[in-house]
Amino acid sequence: MEILFLMVPLGMVLVGAGLWAFFWAVGSGQFDDLDSPGWSVLGDDAKPEDEDSRSP
Amino acid sequence: MTALTGSACFHCGEPIPAGVRIHARIAAREQPVCCHGCKAVAEFITGAGLDDYYRYRNQAGARADETPRPDRWAAYDRPELVERLTRAEADGARSITVLLEGLRCPACSWLADKALRLQAGVLDVSVNPATARARMVWDPARARLGDLLRMLEHVGLRPHPLAGEPAGQVALAERRAALKRLAVAGFGMMQVMMFALPMYVGGMEHGMQEFFRLVSMLISVPVALYSGWPFYVGAWHAIRGRTVSMDVPVSLGILGAFVASVWNAMTGRGEVFFDSVTMFVFFLTVGRYVEMVARHRAGSVADALARLAPVTARRLRDGRSEDVQTIELQPGDGLLVRTGEVFAADGVVVDEVEGRVDESMLTGESTPIAKGRGSAVHAGTQNLGAPLRVRVAAVAGDTVLAGIVALLERAQAERPRLAKAADRAAAWFLSRILVGAVLVFAAWWVVDPAKAFPAALAVLVVTCPCALSLATPAVLAAATADLARRGVLVTRTDAFEPLARATQVLWDKTGTLTRGLVRVEQVEPLRDEAADDCFALAVALEQFSEHPIAKAFVAGGLTVAPARDVAVCTGEGLEGRVEGRRLRIGTHEFAGGLAPAVPTAPPAAAAGSAVAGSWVYLGDEHGLLAGFRLTDPVRAEAAATVASLAALGLSSTIVSGDAAPAVATVAARTAIGEFAARLSPQGKVARLQALQRQGSVVIAVGDGINDAPLLRGADVAVAMGRGSALAQTSADLILVRDSLDPLPGVVALARRAQTIVRQNLAWSIAYNLAALPLAALGLVPAWIAALGMSLSSVLVVLNAARVAQRRDRAPRAHWADAAPARVG
Repeated sequence: MEILFLMVPLGMVLVGAGLWAFFWAVGSGQFDDLDSPGWSVLGDDAKPEDEDSRSP
Repeated sequence: MTALTGSACFHCGEPIPAGVRIHARIAAREQPVCCHGCKAVAEFITGAGLDDYYRYRNQAGARADETPRPDRWAAYDRPELVERLTRAEADGARSITVLLEGLRCPACSWLADKALRLQAGVLDVSVNPATARARMVWDPARARLGDLLRMLEHVGLRPHPLAGEPAGQVALAERRAALKRLAVAGFGMMQVMMFALPMYVGGMEHGMQEFFRLVSMLISVPVALYSGWPFYVGAWHAIRGRTVSMDVPVSLGILGAFVASVWNAMTGRGEVFFDSVTMFVFFLTVGRYVEMVARHRAGSVADALARLAPVTARRLRDGRSEDVQTIELQPGDGLLVRTGEVFAADGVVVDEVEGRVDESMLTGESTPIAKGRGSAVHAGTQNLGAPLRVRVAAVAGDTVLAGIVALLERAQAERPRLAKAADRAAAWFLSRILVGAVLVFAAWWVVDPAKAFPAALAVLVVTCPCALSLATPAVLAAATADLARRGVLVTRTDAFEPLARATQVLWDKTGTLTRGLVRVEQVEPLRDEAADDCFALAVALEQFSEHPIAKAFVAGGLTVAPARDVAVCTGEGLEGRVEGRRLRIGTHEFAGGLAPAVPTAPPAAAAGSAVAGSWVYLGDEHGLLAGFRLTDPVRAEAAATVASLAALGLSSTIVSGDAAPAVATVAARTAIGEFAARLSPQGKVARLQALQRQGSVVIAVGDGINDAPLLRGADVAVAMGRGSALAQTSADLILVRDSLDPLPGVVALARRAQTIVRQNLAWSIAYNLAALPLAALGLVPAWIAALGMSLSSVLVVLNAARVAQRRDRAPRAHWADAAPARVG
């Protein structure tokens, strides 16, 4: 069972990484709108020339 | 998806009026539309390659505005206005936030996004359908703000630039912070549970147990301090204000259990309650999050004002006119208001002209008001007639519009008598809990000091109103989600309670019971000429008028040769020549005036005079040719809705600012027995208060700005989705699909929700009462208290989901039915 002394801290590091990723996602606005991005996938028949002229 | 078949407009989904034959060419097929505005929008959308909008939208678009309006977007190209409204971004780019009127569904926001990105020079666009806001970043060297706004209006989403826009930013920041706190609490709770379970099972080595306790503590620190922070702030504010809020025992419970657990974990003795602490914080944070989302959806009055008052006005000075910002106007300034423009300030007409002003936003009166020299005009109303010169009498906060807003705010402050009663009850309950915990602690201190703290803590956790506090919000969240699927937006969940008890419905007329659009309902030939021919002659004449009645004729889209030598006789009608015949259209006397002998009473058409609507006549030199019945049609579903509400025990009354005959006909059509006409906004409120004094619980259904005070004062306020912005912001419920149909279902659902809330409350109170003596006696270890609390909460949430299950469903796709109810 001594392996837990290693695995548990490792698990916590993973949780920390997950939280950090989530904070980053929230901060960059990915959770501001949970409805319309789903639709944009359906509608996107992007024309090739659009791709470069559109910044994110 | 809204039915777009049959006689509904392809773009906006409204029924197509009789006689209208306009088609838009969409994907190589002719689709029927209701007006040229919608035709233009539909063709523009498909022409720009954006026809996917029609495949994926789940609500019909906003009806396009046909009123000719001058290009008000040009003013937004002026540098000083751009400076004031927009924000500087990196590399010389500018950004602006606009409120999009008519943004209703994800497909609309997709449309706005695409339409803007097709413009050269647009660098970034983000559209948020929840707040109806779009933020765009563009390069001023390659694009102009006016063009971008014009483009949005083109696709049917009228933009309202928001200067500064503090409210939206605050809401966004609050939402992001709440999400983070929720995530920390959720992750933390799961982790701590993982370590708590083996400790409950037991049989662990001592060293491992110590290790688990320390790890749990480490995880609990951010949960208790970061996620729980808003509760401590709330409790601190309550204590400083010498009151007790829910936050006080919550904070005491969290902090007490947390500090004791930390102490025990450090010293290695006694119990730790990290699992209880984290779960507690998580459940409470979920509850707060649900509340916050509902609150944000409600919007603000400031938004609505931004839509009404124009940003710029045309000032006359020394014989020259110049565009100025509305805020620069002073009383005494001269103002030129062109056709289609909205007045920026209250004032007096100085021209010797016969103008027409649409005051429906203020008064609900659907027909335009004639304005001449000396007439007062008001900010927020629209000039439909000739350009008017106006001397400004009142600006900004002194206008009638601002007065109505003030009335609204006062009514808002007066409303929550029920909420206050609930607050008092909660405060009473909470203060007893605190006293109880102290008593338990004191009693145990005398009997057995070692057990004093765990027992007091168990009392705080067990009586912690977790299930109790979830009992109502969980049901309301389920009900809100269910209503959203039926096209009803709930902006204030408190409304469910009065909704379930409601006894009386007050209806506004124009735009609520009726559609708010004048239409030609019936053509009655009076001589041997066919109805269609008479209608064509009428259209030929009416093409020359801008009167709303004329629009009812011309909206048909019938193409006819225009009349010649047309003269407008204000207040009477039009005269002109069509195919060599001298014709008149207008009032009975005027139209018959060309013939030598005039019948005194309106002839054959009079047979229909008992039916709703006003009559317009067409006549030539030999007498009257035809009569046309014009109505603002009553909604098809209005009578059925009133009947269904009556079956639920709610009586209906119409309160209208309109004239008595028009109100009476609508009342007859909808089988509403009581009505009151010619009421001012204050009159409507007085009527409402009289009903409330008699003990009625009143639902008000309205549309115009003049209804806003009425809606604010009502126990439940319902606004039509098409209604003006201000009415919507003061509404508890918004009928997004612009149909009265869902209303009886909403009342039924509210009553079911009420029953389930009662069950939940009964359960959680019974649980608390049963657990309290056991906890006080020191018989409940913290983990059982926490487990009981969670199971109790789960039960409450599952029960809440039943709100949406038993319902009479409209036929819809199977996958939509299978979607589980969203619960907080």
